Amino acid sequence: MTDTTNFNNNEKDERQMTDSQTKPTSLSSVASARAMSQPGTELLGTGLETRGVHAWFGSKHVLSDVSLDFAAGTVTALIGPSGCGKSTFIRTLNRMHEFIPTAAMAGEVLLDGKDIYAPGTDVTKIRLRVGMVFQKPNPFPSMTIGENVLSGLKLAQIKRGKTDDLLESCLTRAGLWSEVKDRLGEHGGALSGGQQQRLCIARSLAVEPQVLLMDEPCSALDPGSTFRIEQTIADLAKSMTIVIVTHNMQQAARVSDYTAFFLSDGGPGEMIEAAPTSQIFSSPQDKRTEDYVTGRFG
Amino acid sequence: MSIDAPAKVIPEARTITTKPRKSDQLFRMIVTLGGMTSLVILGLIALFLSLKGVNVLAEEKFSFITGSNWAAITDETGNIVESDFGIGPMLVGTMLCALIAVLVGVPISVLTALYLTFYANGRVKKFLISIIDLMAAFPSLLFGFWGFIVFMSSAEYWAKLLNKYLGFIPIFDVPVPVFARSPFIAGLVLAIMIIPIVTAISREVFDQTPLDRIQAAYALGATKLAMIKAVVIPYGRGGIIGGAMLGLGRAMGETVAVYTVLNIVYQVNWQVLFGAGGNVASLILLKFGEAGPYEVDALMAAGLVLFLLTLLVNATADYIINRFGGKGK
Amino acid sequence: MTKVIPSPGKPWQPTVKNRLETLAIVVAAFFSAVLCVEFTGLNGKLGFFVALFISLGVLNFAFQYKQRGVAAAKDSLLQVITVLALALTLIPIVSIVSTVFIKGYKGLHWGILTKDMALASVNDPIVNGGLLHALVGTTLMVGGALIISFPLGLLTALYLTEIRGSLTRPIKFLVQAMSGVPSIVAGLFILSSLVYPVTKELSGIMGSLALTILMIPTIARTAEEMLRLIPNELREAGVALGGTQWRTVAGVVVPAARSGLVTAIILGVARVIGETAPILLVSGGGDSLNLNPTEGAMGSLPFYIWKAFLTSGTPESLARAWAGMLVLLSFIFILFGLARYLSGRKVG
Repeated sequence: MTDTTNFNNNEKDERQMTDSQTKPTSLSSVASARAMSQPGTELLGTGLETRGVHAWFGSKHVLSDVSLDFAAGTVTALIGPSGCGKSTFIRTLNRMHEFIPTAAMAGEVLLDGKDIYAPGTDVTKIRLRVGMVFQKPNPFPSMTIGENVLSGLKLAQIKRGKTDDLLESCLTRAGLWSEVKDRLGEHGGALSGGQQQRLCIARSLAVEPQVLLMDEPCSALDPGSTFRIEQTIADLAKSMTIVIVTHNMQQAARVSDYTAFFLSDGGPGEMIEAAPTSQIFSSPQDKRTEDYVTGRFG
Repeated sequence: MSIDAPAKVIPEARTITTKPRKSDQLFRMIVTLGGMTSLVILGLIALFLSLKGVNVLAEEKFSFITGSNWAAITDETGNIVESDFGIGPMLVGTMLCALIAVLVGVPISVLTALYLTFYANGRVKKFLISIIDLMAAFPSLLFGFWGFIVFMSSAEYWAKLLNKYLGFIPIFDVPVPVFARSPFIAGLVLAIMIIPIVTAISREVFDQTPLDRIQAAYALGATKLAMIKAVVIPYGRGGIIGGAMLGLGRAMGETVAVYTVLNIVYQVNWQVLFGAGGNVASLILLKFGEAGPYEVDALMAAGLVLFLLTLLVNATADYIINRFGGKGK
Repeated sequence: MTKVIPSPGKPWQPTVKNRLETLAIVVAAFFSAVLCVEFTGLNGKLGFFVALFISLGVLNFAFQYKQRGVAAAKDSLLQVITVLALALTLIPIVSIVSTVFIKGYKGLHWGILTKDMALASVNDPIVNGGLLHALVGTTLMVGGALIISFPLGLLTALYLTEIRGSLTRPIKFLVQAMSGVPSIVAGLFILSSLVYPVTKELSGIMGSLALTILMIPTIARTAEEMLRLIPNELREAGVALGGTQWRTVAGVVVPAARSGLVTAIILGVARVIGETAPILLVSGGGDSLNLNPTEGAMGSLPFYIWKAFLTSGTPESLARAWAGMLVLLSFIFILFGLARYLSGRKVG
């Protein structure tokens, strides 16, 4: 599989561009080729694209000029040291960034070609299509396991019959059905950390998102749970786009098709390089990427 | 030739003892004694009120609570010939006014607290919070005063409306169309008095709602209303109930505001729109001026009952807040 | 070439279009309320108020429903309801404060702070007499209460934050319970324990003692909060330098919490300055200036207002009462402003 056709290196582009946005890193043609080789996958939408995304907290510029495309049906990992804007970036993708009072941004995030920050956009509808799993599992303690999974429907006031089928399918896809099928009436807090996180994944699936964002989902879990969740990610990738922030390079190598490396030199975080995962780890283009993946700093 | 490693011996933990310096021992003693002030004072209050009121309580026994008369017949020298003291109507009045205060005041407080926590921001929020906290410091005399002079006419008008449209319900009926200075109006004034307190407590509870649950709800596509229903209310339920009970306790013990606004009539009155009622605290204030020694004892006994009642309510509030506030289940 | 950095924006904030839409809805609600009042049975201020909020709710709901669906429409209803609650909270405050200022202002005159009521009656024209005795009485009584309450409240707070012994939970509960004691019960207590058995007469110091009971919980609670704000590192530093606990507390922690403790004092004073019921029971209320707290009835601001208000209904006495209330309220405002200013400075 060729992977250099439409691949643009950000650094090369900087020397050629004159306006404030860099040309987006487009991996879509590669992704389509790959997807077509896997029968039975359903590509939801045309994926997520970002153009020149900047982020600020107050006057502090924390993220600079990220243009990255996430092709439908792929898993993209965002790696890089702490504090270089990966979490901030992922939160701009489902408009969770704006919850911080001093937050500001610039640029565009296109879902199926439409900017989610356009005036008049219904933000709750966006969040139904772009779901998120957080670092610390946060099931609703006042609800039972079954209620937790279906809580997304209740919160968004989506009326749906046959919720039992949906309940079972979400828990199965999250890899939790066999463990909880007899205890759906118990409270969400009674599960172990790994189970809680899979419950949160099942909860996000119930509203049938096109994109699932995962902000370091395994960093609070033990290796056994981590392994189960990585299996889940592999299964889910067949029917949605996944973006996962991770500190663990081995995890990125295990689960993702594409990897983007973020770095900050004390100023705003930037995306240094994005490429198919195997290439980032075996032959990175940028020296800083190479230093990071070989462990010279981190 | 093998050399055996010596068996590993794990020593026992040493007990660490510190003998505090003399000055520290003295310090700790003084502070502990000072800390027990509240215990001592509360105990003394219960003691002295009981001592003074015990005669009357022994005489009336249970009818002190249930009886509806407050009369003493004295002979020429001022000695009591016959007496009959029962605070029944005043107890009913206390509960009635306090209940109205809570029913009206708590929903308003909780909704205001929701607005302040989830809708207001920046300087407007700080300003509003300052104003409401300031109101908590207004003297009750001011509320009574304002209630009587300014508020009475509007409240009377509302009472008349209630009577006109809902008069078929017994408590909204009146024997005679006298609407001024009723338990309803007193309850409304008390509601205004407890709103700042209950709002402040509710606001603190809402502020402590765990952010990760709020974010989880929003990330699932929830509107603010859905998020509040799913996360904030279940989390804050205990704290709010505790705050409501604290407001109840405050309303039950209120003296001058009720005394000014309510027309004290010594008769049980459930018809809240009718201008007659009373509560224990204002009874004490009313009768105190001209009470002879035995009657004063009776008033002390009444004070004891009020003290124990408010203590009970506050203790329950404390228990609820500690047990259910902020645990999320 | 240099990259141009775009300026930060907040595209999620309401746009001009949004704000105009909101304004249009509010104006429409006003008109609709006016129409309701004209043509239906609703009348008066109450009618308008009710009609206004119902109109706001309905219009908002309909608008949001069309734009974004039923969930957003219900959400907008919650906002209208909370604003309604806020209005219901604020209206009494505004009414009370404005009434006091408007009615009390008329009663102010130059002599008000320098004369007492020994030679005047409440029904005299307002320029006769003043509230000097009341001011002095309040100052003496509250000051006396403070002298006892502050050490005891501070010690209680110190126990809770520094020693944290086994009595912590009971003491915390008891302080809370003490703050719920009705003010009249405090008066009855002093009456039964000190006035009747011992002195048999009303005096200023009895008033101070009754106020102490009400003041201690406020000071203890606020002081505890302020002491908790002092970071533990300060205490550790003191001990690491070889200080005993009492030296650390007295020399490091308490000075660091200075402004917080002053805030506690101010809030304690504000709490009792307007208390009427206990004063009526144990201090009586003189009309002339009495500088001796241990002897004779002592006047106070609340008593002055009470007497003027309740003893007769003439316009002069009412004006006197409002003027006294204005003075009292002004003090509370000043105390509160001071407390706000100080808590803006937190440590040291």
